[in-house]
Amino acid sequence: MALLEVDNIHAYYGKIHALKGVSLTVEKGEVVSLIGGNGAGKTTTLRCISGLIKPTDGSVTFDDDVVADYAAHELVPMGIAMVPEGRGIFSKLTVQENMEMGAFYRNDKEGIKQDMEHGYHIFPRLAERRTQIAGTMSGGEQQMLAMARALMSKPRLLLLDEPSMGLAPVLVELIFDTIRDINQQGVTVLLVEQNAHMALQIANRGYVLQTGEIILSDNAASLRKDPMVQKAYLGID
Amino acid sequence: MAASAKPARTGFLSKDYFERMTWVDWVLNALRVLILALVIIGATNTLLSGKYTLAQWVSLIMSGLAQGSIYALIALGYTLVYGILLMINFAHGEVYMAGAFTAYFIADWTAKSGLLASAPVIAVLIWVIVAALVSMGVAVLLERVAYRPLRGAPRLVPLITAIGASFFLQYTFRGLYGTGFKSYPAVPIIQGSVAIGGFNILIAQLVVFFSALVLMLALYWLIERTKMGKAMRAVSEDKEVSRLMGIDIDRVIVFTFLLGGALAGAAGVINGLYRPQGVNFFMGFFPGIKAFTAAVLGGIGSVPGAMLGGIFLGIIESVGPSLILDGLGINSANQLKDVIAFTMLVFVLIFRPQGILGERLKEKKA
Ligand SMILES: Nc1ncnc2c1ncn2[C@@H]1O[C@H](COP(=O)(O)OP(=O)(O)OP(=O)(O)O)[C@@H](O)[C@H]1O
Ligand SMILES: [Mg+2]
Repeated sequence: MALLEVDNIHAYYGKIHALKGVSLTVEKGEVVSLIGGNGAGKTTTLRCISGLIKPTDGSVTFDDDVVADYAAHELVPMGIAMVPEGRGIFSKLTVQENMEMGAFYRNDKEGIKQDMEHGYHIFPRLAERRTQIAGTMSGGEQQMLAMARALMSKPRLLLLDEPSMGLAPVLVELIFDTIRDINQQGVTVLLVEQNAHMALQIANRGYVLQTGEIILSDNAASLRKDPMVQKAYLGID
Repeated sequence: MAASAKPARTGFLSKDYFERMTWVDWVLNALRVLILALVIIGATNTLLSGKYTLAQWVSLIMSGLAQGSIYALIALGYTLVYGILLMINFAHGEVYMAGAFTAYFIADWTAKSGLLASAPVIAVLIWVIVAALVSMGVAVLLERVAYRPLRGAPRLVPLITAIGASFFLQYTFRGLYGTGFKSYPAVPIIQGSVAIGGFNILIAQLVVFFSALVLMLALYWLIERTKMGKAMRAVSEDKEVSRLMGIDIDRVIVFTFLLGGALAGAAGVINGLYRPQGVNFFMGFFPGIKAFTAAVLGGIGSVPGAMLGGIFLGIIESVGPSLILDGLGINSANQLKDVIAFTMLVFVLIFRPQGILGERLKEKKA
């Protein structure tokens, strides 16, 4: 059975039918990209997986556990971590305190310390800024912090919501390289992106979401060659 | 983010300040000048008249400091809850009353059994523990029964519930303990005064001030340094992301009410050391309102703000009537200290709505 199985989920905001039967799977060890335009329902899908909202119909299964049976905070120890859209940094806390919050459920002081050093090793820029108030950092640094913080919970599945949003190309490159590294260290990744070009480069497989429905799914290489994807998401005519 | 489109107000120094002034600004500025003038005239008159000696000023400041410390402890409860839930817990005065009123009976018992005379420190610690536990219990009960079911409701709803809960608690404790006024027993070792730098200072005032200080330092350490304190700050900033960090926000909210309750209960006993009389089911009302004023003065949501606001209000209340009102020829000025307190609140709301240390409400939070 796949690590994550999203089976025909529906979600509403009031009367808005945001997800109309979304299904997808993520196998252990994969990078899967979910691409789609504004308002397609990408964030809503991730919110259903991380337990922030419950789908009105259908189910999300993570490692044989039904996600809807748990509160969002209970899913973190089970291995789901999410980097939310817009990074969700605690702007008044220091970099270090943000990292500590990522490890909130853990009590192994030594392990936490090691993982924190590991995070600072991945993003040396953060190491220099441990005591800085997080809100005063640049957008790129905040994205690094959001990812490093998510790793502090030792996730098995990492959900990333548009990590490249608003970043300079050099930084986008760095972030995607890091995602690949994180994956190679054994973390399964579900990546939501509008930047289909980069997202499909590092992914094994991809799904295309449009107005609440999956309209296409294939391995990443084939998706990159798909005329519809090229036209709508890669800017190739 | 509409606010950022408007050029930031740069005060009198900006060239076009007078051109940009609206009539509201004119009225507010006129008020500002008027108040400042009254304060200065009153204060100079009083000081020139030499009606009060330096020793009297010192004693006024000390009693303000003691009263202010008590306000500060209660104000922290308002500000902590507001910081996390953006809600004014208007029943917090009753949380204070519940602890103080219940601990009175323990205090009475320690006095009658002789424990207070033989081991006063232990006896008073017992009062504090009992008061804190009762207040914590009431605070958590409030959260569970009155506020949690309404989370996510329009902001007026929990406010009305808080007022209802406040009456409910008053009448519950009236039913439990009766309507009479009680007095805490006098604690022998804190009677009298000591001479410091040539001034006589009441020992009780020093005890009040320093015990409040210790509690506030402990709170500050807890919020800044402990995991739970950091989680409180995280939750107050962003609940959703906090949940994604694995933080059980209900637990953090309960913890916040517990903290506020503990401080209020302790404040009840500390107040009893300083002013033993007046123990009654209604005793939480005025301290509650004053402490709320102090929290707003300091900037609601800000912990150092509540501490500062409390002390500030206490001192203004105590020194203000003699210093300012007396000099303006107002008789029996001391009876007007409540007027001063609430006038302060109104002026702060007019001139600096965010309070002394508060930050402007961000749209996201509001
Ligand atoms: N809190 C909300 N209240 C009401 N409607 C919402 C809310 N959040 C999302 N929606 C609506 O649900 C739909 C899906 O939104 P969602 O945020 O999942 O899209 P998205 O694919 O993440 O878009 P984007 O790329 O712009 O982030 C949209 O039509 C959006 O307007
Ligand atoms: Mg989105």
